[in-house]
Amino acid sequence: MTVTNSQDNHALTSLASAMANGEVATVDLTHTLDPDFPVIILPPEFGQCARFRMEEISAYDHRGPAWKWHNFSCCEHTGTHFDAPIHWISGRDLPNNSVDEIPVERFIGPACVIDCSEGAARDDDFELTPEVIEAWEADYGRIPPDCWVLMRTDWSKRSGAAYLNMRDDGPHSPGPSPEGIRLLVEQRDIRGFGVETVGTDAGQGQHYTPPFPAHYTLHGNNKYGLQCLNNLDLLPPVGAVVIATPLKIKNGTGSPLRVLALVPRSHTV
Amino acid sequence: MRRPAGFRTAYDGVVLAAPVTVPYQRFSKESAHHWIARALRGSLAAARISPAELDGFSVASFTLFPDTAVGLTQHLGLTPRWLDHIPTGGASGITALRRAARAVQAGDADVVACVAGDTNHVDSFRRLLSSFSRFAQDASWPYGSGGPNTSFGLLTDHYMHAFGATREDFGRLCVSQRSNALRNPHAIMKEPLTMAQYLSARLISDPIALYDCVMPVAGAEAFLVLRETDAVAQGLPFACIRSTIERHNAFAADPVQMRGGWAVDVDELYGMAQADPTDVDLVQTYDDYPVITMMQIEDLGFCKKGEAPAFVRQRNLTIDGDFPHNTSGGQLSAGQAGAAGGYLGLVEAIRQVTGMAGPTQVAAARLALVSGFGMINYDRGVCSGAVIISGGSS
Amino acid sequence: MTTPISPPPRKNPQKRTRVPVEPPDTRSRAALGLSVAAARGRFMLQVCTECSAILYPPRDACSSCLSVDLEWQVVSNRGRLVAETVIRTSTHIYFRERTPWRVGTVQLDCGPSMICHVHGDCESQGNVRMINRLDKSGHGVLFALPEKEIPAMEDDPQLRELTCSPKFRRILITDARSESGQALARAFSRADAALVFAGEAERWRHWPERDSLKEIDNVELVPLDVSDTQSVEELCGEIGGKVDILVNNARFVRPGGVMDGGDLVFAQQEMEVNCLGLMRLAQAFGPVMRGRGADGVNSATAWVNILSIYAYCNLPQFGVYSASSAAAHSLSQCLRSEMRTGGVRVMNVYTSPTEDEWHQPLPPPKVTASKLASAVVEGLQDGLEEVYVGDLAKDLIDRWSAEPKLLEQEMTRQGGGRE
Repeated sequence: MTVTNSQDNHALTSLASAMANGEVATVDLTHTLDPDFPVIILPPEFGQCARFRMEEISAYDHRGPAWKWHNFSCCEHTGTHFDAPIHWISGRDLPNNSVDEIPVERFIGPACVIDCSEGAARDDDFELTPEVIEAWEADYGRIPPDCWVLMRTDWSKRSGAAYLNMRDDGPHSPGPSPEGIRLLVEQRDIRGFGVETVGTDAGQGQHYTPPFPAHYTLHGNNKYGLQCLNNLDLLPPVGAVVIATPLKIKNGTGSPLRVLALVPRSHTV
Repeated sequence: MRRPAGFRTAYDGVVLAAPVTVPYQRFSKESAHHWIARALRGSLAAARISPAELDGFSVASFTLFPDTAVGLTQHLGLTPRWLDHIPTGGASGITALRRAARAVQAGDADVVACVAGDTNHVDSFRRLLSSFSRFAQDASWPYGSGGPNTSFGLLTDHYMHAFGATREDFGRLCVSQRSNALRNPHAIMKEPLTMAQYLSARLISDPIALYDCVMPVAGAEAFLVLRETDAVAQGLPFACIRSTIERHNAFAADPVQMRGGWAVDVDELYGMAQADPTDVDLVQTYDDYPVITMMQIEDLGFCKKGEAPAFVRQRNLTIDGDFPHNTSGGQLSAGQAGAAGGYLGLVEAIRQVTGMAGPTQVAAARLALVSGFGMINYDRGVCSGAVIISGGSS
Repeated sequence: MTTPISPPPRKNPQKRTRVPVEPPDTRSRAALGLSVAAARGRFMLQVCTECSAILYPPRDACSSCLSVDLEWQVVSNRGRLVAETVIRTSTHIYFRERTPWRVGTVQLDCGPSMICHVHGDCESQGNVRMINRLDKSGHGVLFALPEKEIPAMEDDPQLRELTCSPKFRRILITDARSESGQALARAFSRADAALVFAGEAERWRHWPERDSLKEIDNVELVPLDVSDTQSVEELCGEIGGKVDILVNNARFVRPGGVMDGGDLVFAQQEMEVNCLGLMRLAQAFGPVMRGRGADGVNSATAWVNILSIYAYCNLPQFGVYSASSAAAHSLSQCLRSEMRTGGVRVMNVYTSPTEDEWHQPLPPPKVTASKLASAVVEGLQDGLEEVYVGDLAKDLIDRWSAEPKLLEQEMTRQGGGRE
């Protein structure tokens, strides 16, 4: 029997009692998986992201008298979901790049939340640039390494057609500029990047160089993505701990998942 | 193949006897087998012949399914050496007579019992119509399912347009037959019928109205065909067969039926009997609807085509009139007991010419003409036949 | 003169719905030839190939020469009404409920005489023209029309039993987003439909024609995604009792064969929408429509599937789409038999390639959305079971009927003869 470090024991039991007594609150950052929730739309010649669908197998009836259950189907990238590095061409050859191989301790970690909600309200194509990041750091300190960075835009409060916000030239939604994401990945060595929109890239991201810089840069550096997050407005700028555990799918490029944040009670409204 | 004149063999030495009618009943829970058995028993009893002695049996019925004459032999304990099943409906009496007479003449049978009987359950009529024949199933039943009322509605409409006949003309037939029926204690219709009532009756399938239609009932009719010598030996009154004709699917090219097979062979009918229409003392036509009686009056030589309405206007068709017709009331007033409707006129005619008709007896009835018609296979009666019989004693 | 039908009043919610009954539905095999012809609206009779006699009723041997080589051919439909009657009472429940019912004998100019249903405006002893249409048992029956067109003649109550007129009826079009959806909404609105429900999937994805569709008279957008069971069930729960004609125009089309250009995910989507979408809709809307087949002027009357003509024979360029249409075609035959007891017609419209983005590289002739929509409406007005739209479709079914294997040879080489 290993002698455990009493310090570690104490941290865990403290956390447990803090959660029990409300000092630490749990916030659900996940949208409900629902057939009507939008998915990313690509040009029609390309394969598309399957929508979420459920088929009832039985419901306490002749198909199964005492039980109810469903089959469901969707894409790995349907609803609130995790992107693994293998999802992008730039990450295809990196070690431990699929959801089943990512070391599990990477799934729980601290998060910095950058509030871009005012900018996004003014401009559908609001960019997270190095200037915006540095302005945030002036208030809240330098972003630590191996941390999740979440871009709050309040986009999760949109519904219907306003969520994808499609126009004739494609979708218009906020995201990082190539310089912004390179700063986060190369200069700050973040763990991953999370957004409220349907993709880590801006709606018009294909027009950057490289196209889709967030996917390209994150996954090319073995970093992760979180999309369709909800309730980011309930998180403090610093101090939240994000729990994001994708399904263990063999060679999976991502999965829908439950994303939770533990936050100090003092922050919650 | 040209047939030499006078080629048909006369019906010498073979006679008709023991006419029996089992009183009709509107609805019956019994089977056709029951009704046929009663008629058979009646005829055999009248001739004092036992079922075991019977060596010829002919049956006609619409409600015998799944049996035929074959099933009846075992059901009724018969062991005939001559067996026939007649599908000609309203012509079945005449058809049965023609087959049986030749069998007896040739010695293939000594006594043939000819029987027709049907039951009438509440849904018998509907079931019968819905699977009556292939052409009916395919090409008339799907069009309103009005049954024979509709088939004859069409024939009557056409006849009225072609020849200017009126409903009064048809009414005359129905009224005279009802008057005859009032003298028949077994007729299903018991009330008199006036022309006013006839004309104001509820329409069934225009222009056919209630009193143009027979009432389907349960019942049975029978007679025996045997050698004259045997009838004399038994002391049975008997009728002789003077001539017969039979023809099916005649005038197929007529777009709507306005004449029947009799028109093809009418000269042979009278030629063989060595008689003409004025010699006939009474006529029994097959009267499922008045328009067909009109056609028979024309096609059997009493007047020209289209002139039967005028003929009927001029003559008196009651028992005591100058043209006694359907003396027991016909099917229109006595009821139609399925295939027995094809026997009704013949059985009554045998009684008439043997002086056994009782309340409906026509005075000095010597020569009777009986006509049969039947089987609306699609849009017209396909079967027809006729027979002239006379009383045996003179 | 036929009395034009009036828009029906609101249904009395306290009265039991009349249960549909069928007219007589037994036919010999030979007589089924009439039903086959009526499915396509054709007036055909048997003709003896040896002596040319035209025969009716249908039979197994020529009544002129006893030949058994009889062939169904289109013949002249002109004739004269030589006898008629009005049925006031019937032993068959279907007709008993619908008396007075006019029936007649027509002698055709080409020879045979036939018992038929008769339009109220036909003159006694007058000239008529005959049509062959499906009755509520799905069998071909003969119907005499007046020689000339008369106003409102389609409203004759006996003729209405043979047709699936959209007039005063409520339509559900399952996919409003497609070009065909919009053209169908317009066509039904013009054909006096009382209401057109247009099913809209994925409201979270805007489409440019939405506003102009909403502006068409009597069109209502409703949420519907045929690939989502919940969506189908919810809509049926709301409007199922109000759908008199269902037009399933939803489809997922992609080019590609089995190996060449084959894509399993697209194939799954094609089967999901084109085939299982039909099944979802049928499971939800089928029972209520079948139960309302005799529910007055705006009874449930028809289910329409828009299928590709390549349901009959695979076009390798669109190999999987052809297969999904073939699967839907087979399912629709099953659906047709299931709907029959309710007197609801299942009409399949087989179309040549349509003028749209997915068929863009194919050479003409192609079918415009408005032509397709007109064909649907006309097919319903005639109560047909099978409609072929576009010259290519008509040609293809003609070849298929002659020899399917020969058509396969033609279709699967040389680009289906379309290069």
